[in-house]
Amino acid sequence: MPKPSLAGRLPSWTRYLWWNTDHKVIGLQYIVTTFIFFLLGGLMAMLIRAELLRPGFDLMNGAEYDRLFTNHGSVMLFLWIIPVLAGFGNYLIPLMIGARDMAFPRLNALSFWLIPPAGLLMLASFFVGGAEAGWTAYVPLSIRGPDGQTLWAISVVILGMSSILGAINFVTTVFTMRAEGMTIWRLPLFVWGILATSLLVLTATPVLAAGLILVAMDRLFGTLFFSVAAGGDPVLWQNIFWFYSHPAVYIMVLPAMGIISEVIPVFARKPLFGYKPIAMSSMAISVLGLTVWAHHMFTSGMDPRLRIPYMISSMVIAVPTGVKFFSWLATMWDGKLRINTPMLFAMGFMSLFVIGGITGIFLASIPIDLHVHDSYFVVAHLHYVLFGGSVSAVYAGLYYWFPKITGRMYDERLGIVHFVLNFLGTSLAYLPQFEAGLLGMPRRVADYADQFTTLNALSSVGAFLLGISTLPFLYNAIVSWATGPKAAANPWRALTLEWTTSSPPPAENFEDIPVVSSGPYDFGQTPAVSPAATPAGGS
Amino acid sequence: MSEHMTSHAEAYRSGRALGLQPLKLGMWLFLASEVMFFGGLISAFLHYKVNNPSTEGALLDVPLVGVNTFVLLTSSFTVVLGLSAIRQGDRRGLVRFLAATVLLGVAFLGGQAYEFVSLYGHGVTLNGSLFGSTFFTLTGFHGLHVLIGLIWALSTLYGALRGRYAADRYEGVEVFGLYWHFVDVVWIVLFTIIYLV
Repeated sequence: MPKPSLAGRLPSWTRYLWWNTDHKVIGLQYIVTTFIFFLLGGLMAMLIRAELLRPGFDLMNGAEYDRLFTNHGSVMLFLWIIPVLAGFGNYLIPLMIGARDMAFPRLNALSFWLIPPAGLLMLASFFVGGAEAGWTAYVPLSIRGPDGQTLWAISVVILGMSSILGAINFVTTVFTMRAEGMTIWRLPLFVWGILATSLLVLTATPVLAAGLILVAMDRLFGTLFFSVAAGGDPVLWQNIFWFYSHPAVYIMVLPAMGIISEVIPVFARKPLFGYKPIAMSSMAISVLGLTVWAHHMFTSGMDPRLRIPYMISSMVIAVPTGVKFFSWLATMWDGKLRINTPMLFAMGFMSLFVIGGITGIFLASIPIDLHVHDSYFVVAHLHYVLFGGSVSAVYAGLYYWFPKITGRMYDERLGIVHFVLNFLGTSLAYLPQFEAGLLGMPRRVADYADQFTTLNALSSVGAFLLGISTLPFLYNAIVSWATGPKAAANPWRALTLEWTTSSPPPAENFEDIPVVSSGPYDFGQTPAVSPAATPAGGS
Repeated sequence: MSEHMTSHAEAYRSGRALGLQPLKLGMWLFLASEVMFFGGLISAFLHYKVNNPSTEGALLDVPLVGVNTFVLLTSSFTVVLGLSAIRQGDRRGLVRFLAATVLLGVAFLGGQAYEFVSLYGHGVTLNGSLFGSTFFTLTGFHGLHVLIGLIWALSTLYGALRGRYAADRYEGVEVFGLYWHFVDVVWIVLFTIIYLV
């Protein structure tokens, strides 16, 4: 059980409400806070889908609808997916590499504490006119919009700073704090995922911050960066924005893929197929990911000759992604599969993400993109990648590490119910959107032509199903956390280091820092004991 | 608890097998992100300089800024001298050179303020033209970084006066120096693309 807090008199859970430098406390602060934002963003999605249930303006006017989808997108990306994965990183990285904490614990606490005020700032924008320019904040919309747009921009800059500080901490921790024997090629693949993501955060996020500062200055101080009348160029914003926001997709997916790489070998009881290729494919995706941004701008009046290289580089990303997929499949092949909830979500991730990934190839192809640009096809693609992909992986991770984090087991039946509802809801919500998009339904419009009614009604029902699917999860998480059966140190018989310490881990993680003598997924190759063959003693 | 702290310290040290010091690595990573931040601002500046050339560039006072550039370069040199002083255990040398760095940094900012005021006198303003917007934003953000560096320099100077650094303990000076040199290097790039090209 957690030790008494610093104050001694306060109950130990209150440390989660205040400044704390323990990476496990911070990790949990991240996960719980961002989950609350996830629920808020989900509520906005429910409202959007309620409006779209039938054609016409049923519940709101156009501007209100714009505010809703702008904040839905921004909350989900900047306050949920990106920081929740950083939360997993915070909780797990020191445990996985055999360290007692992160390299810079106070900086780590600061990274977290930037998030709640930034989140409140973003939500506060609702009350001063609201950000209406979409999460892409295209100029001149984002220059002309009401004051909420300024708060929105400042909020995203603060969240970017939080990400950058987190990335600095992750990379430094992995390179300087590993336990003896934890070589680069023994790092768990989740750690590789966080490393690759951190690389992208360090290169791409500052550029978004620079761009948002230019937008904010245009709004606040009357600078003319994006004023067409003064010779400013709106496409400059698109270049800056997508230079960040395409890599941002990989920021949101690489750690998620890392979670999948942890779950699959453990539940297939087999050594991971292709450890090094998976690790290197993460790095390849992050490097390639920096070269593809203009495929979002095929219709923005760019030089047609420039389209070809961007199309090719975008499609090449399918190669390292395929390396991961086939490696996971080969890991499961002939494995002794245990179908627990984490594995269900991992397989759900694979089947949903592959649809998102392949439609990404469609969109990278110039002729198709010209046809379906700004249509619901893009909306469906994005949600397959980020909801079917990243969110499934986050759920897989939440179930997988639930016993480690809380010290208790979750209810398996409720987990399965959650998975089934979630999988059906995702498919029902987003599959019809592909067809609506191909038939020409534009995105970001509250009203639509009658012929799209059936597809939209199906999509809305799917979205409500997704909303409902959250309830068994919440019930399961809260009740199991309070009263679930006590979890063993290593209930899944996994080989990564976080399972060698008690559940939940003690302060400073390990009684003795482990010495690592085998790889993280060497199932069947070493005796089925912990990888910490010998304690470090006092060397 | 203290046992834990001891073994923590040991693990910490054993983790440095690559010869990386966490604080320095962290600083380098931060500076990498700063390079990208300025990269964003610089690309906006260059985009307009190339595609929307302005005659206002002729109003820039290149000799004045050339002197200012020399001042900033000298301030980087004094940081190096301060670091080499404390490496030899010369605490008073460190204090002297840090004080010189602060003075040179203030002189640079003073020169920049003078330049800004005289440009405003010529009608080049932040919101008056595209050139003004890009120029003041880019050089202004650099100036802001110099200002932050100055505050950091003062805090390092305070630490030096309190005897925080010694011949075997100077990482704080080193990390401050990394930042200060970075700000200097950025200025060399800015001076080149804004004033010389």
